[in-house]
Amino acid sequence: MASAKPTTGMEGARKRPFWTIQRKDHVTGLIFVAPQFIGIITFVFVPLILVFYYSMHEWNVLAGTFTFVGSENYEELFRDRAMPGVLAATAIFSLGLVVLNISLALLLAVLVNQKLTGMSVFRTLFFSPVVVSVVAWAIVWRFLLQSNGGINGLLYMVGIEGPNWLRLPHTAMISLIVVQTFKSVGLNMVLFLAALQGVPRELHEAARVDGVPPFKQFYRITLPLISPTLMLVSIVTIVGALQVFGQIEVLTQGGPGTSTTVLVYYFYQQAFQFLNFGYGSTLSIILLGIVALLTYAQWQLRRKVVFYEH
Amino acid sequence: MKLFKKSGLAAALYASAALISMNAAMAQDQINLRMLIWSANEDHLRLFNEIADAYKAQNPQVSVTYEAVPYGEFPTTLTTQIAGGNAPDLTWLTETGSFDFIAAGAMFPLTETFRTTEGYELEDYAQASIDSWSQDGELYFYPFSTSPFAVFVNNDLVREAKQKTPAELVAEGTWDWEQAVEIGAAVNAETGKHGIIFRDFDYTGWTRLAPLYTGWDVKLWSEDGKTCMMNAPEMVDAMSFLHDAIFEKKAMPGPGIAADFFAGDAAMTITQISRANLLPTGDDAFEWDLVPLPAGPIGDYGYVGAAGIGVLKASPHAQEAADFLAFFSNKENVTKLARYFPPTRSSVLTPEVLAASNPLLSVEQLTDVVIKGVVEGRSAAGHTNYEQIVQNVRASLDSLWVPDADVAQVLQATCDNLNPLLQR
Repeated sequence: MASAKPTTGMEGARKRPFWTIQRKDHVTGLIFVAPQFIGIITFVFVPLILVFYYSMHEWNVLAGTFTFVGSENYEELFRDRAMPGVLAATAIFSLGLVVLNISLALLLAVLVNQKLTGMSVFRTLFFSPVVVSVVAWAIVWRFLLQSNGGINGLLYMVGIEGPNWLRLPHTAMISLIVVQTFKSVGLNMVLFLAALQGVPRELHEAARVDGVPPFKQFYRITLPLISPTLMLVSIVTIVGALQVFGQIEVLTQGGPGTSTTVLVYYFYQQAFQFLNFGYGSTLSIILLGIVALLTYAQWQLRRKVVFYEH
Repeated sequence: MKLFKKSGLAAALYASAALISMNAAMAQDQINLRMLIWSANEDHLRLFNEIADAYKAQNPQVSVTYEAVPYGEFPTTLTTQIAGGNAPDLTWLTETGSFDFIAAGAMFPLTETFRTTEGYELEDYAQASIDSWSQDGELYFYPFSTSPFAVFVNNDLVREAKQKTPAELVAEGTWDWEQAVEIGAAVNAETGKHGIIFRDFDYTGWTRLAPLYTGWDVKLWSEDGKTCMMNAPEMVDAMSFLHDAIFEKKAMPGPGIAADFFAGDAAMTITQISRANLLPTGDDAFEWDLVPLPAGPIGDYGYVGAAGIGVLKASPHAQEAADFLAFFSNKENVTKLARYFPPTRSSVLTPEVLAASNPLLSVEQLTDVVIKGVVEGRSAAGHTNYEQIVQNVRASLDSLWVPDADVAQVLQATCDNLNPLLQR
């Protein structure tokens, strides 16, 4: 009769190799995420901490002085006469862009979702501005929007004398919103298109059999089913709207007056044009706070908006 | 044999080690200077490199490289490099841009280096130009370009509008702003082309209008820099004249209208003489002329755009950079540089020297426009926080560029907005 040789726990521990499959898997996983992890640490978290640190200092780059001022830069926000206008311009631009962009993206997605000949051409056409350089896009629009530019040329042909789009406060803001919408609407359109194609056809067929009109079908069936995408798109668009810089720099430089000086552009002016790096850092912290707050609020809203969120 | 091999190996190792340590020592002694510039013009760079090579021939341990940055991005790039601990050793700066740098103590003093450099002759520079780049008697920049503003004229367009050419008016002694605007308006009415263009003025860069308002004896702020004076009658008159020329007489293209004199779109442009190289040739060529700025209410006057080269105190080789700058700006090199950058060295500022390097301009043009402009021209008023002041005024002046603007009211609002900034 064979008998198993008794083993002690100590012997088992001694024999167990260090590089177990589990450990190897962990290390392999860590190696895979390391580039991203190191990138985020280096290019996001460290600069973020530094910006917060700078925001509590008065940094005179030319004189080479770096003085701790505590909350003084934050107090300056309330004394800064330009801030109300900057925040108002930021709100108008962001709101206008989000509403126009999402509405247009959804409309285009519904249109290009139709099974018609040549629809792929339209999809490509609407998406192509997304891959164009921001500066090149803005420069082309600057030519189109100038007083004797292409837009007014077209209007003139139908008997309308167009305004000087970029030189009047209201039209400058509208122009910026429209230019940015055309630039980025293609990406949102593609996201909506993917969501629309995921809506089961039988639900629409059943509704059609029951005599539900098309708009009601869209409102009652399509919209709830694409609501997760709607949530994603709205978060991405509003965060993107708060970071738009290139178009403003090329088209208006924050003018006329300060009508298109949004927060991110004001931060650039303070830090890199006026060399107020401390106050500029404070503005970027405020921008971060606003983005974080809006994202959090939207995330909380998902329970109401996204019908199958629990 | 074995011993021979061993000693051979040892000798080789010793030689390699000696070579490595020698290289390391040489690398330590090697000084690489970097100059930030805003010209990417190949001819300019060729000349700068020639000067750097000549310096290296005398000082083998010193190499100089030039880093060209577009003019519009120049201040931001420079300050970002300084903030990032990567300041250039030498930099170009405009006279207005230099104000903050000198006030902050960021520049290396140059007087001692220039005075002790053999044959430099600091006294050869016009005193006014030395004063503009100095503080408390210490020179911080070499005034390397003092470029006068003048008027390039498309005589073909002027004649097509049946007007006397500006050169004829200069000869008659009646060349003033009223006449210039009259010609501009006539060209616009008769030919559909534009009258006068302030080069690079796109209704945002208001400082480009200085060649005009200088003729009205405008002072932007008080002597102590604490009070805005843009609401003074001189500025109101100058801006009213300009507003009328743009919106009533249509002698200048309005806001948002793109036009280029050098493409034949306009009768006149006010710019620096260095732009002569943009004049078209071949089929696009037109008969052109260069005349001084029109007389203003103060009579004949000139306006110059000045740029200097300075050494940053943050440079680890500031003294070596200053030594190179002394070589760069000696009489021989300034004579070569005069081809592109009008000098303020009196001995070089002669029609003969300038004519040798400016074949496009006649001796009369060089004498009446360039030399007179350099010697007599006024330059822009500097101030600390200059960029912030420029943006502040730009935002206020935006409401001036509409047809029904109340000029006096806009300028009053400009001062109301600017005064808190000046009084900081």
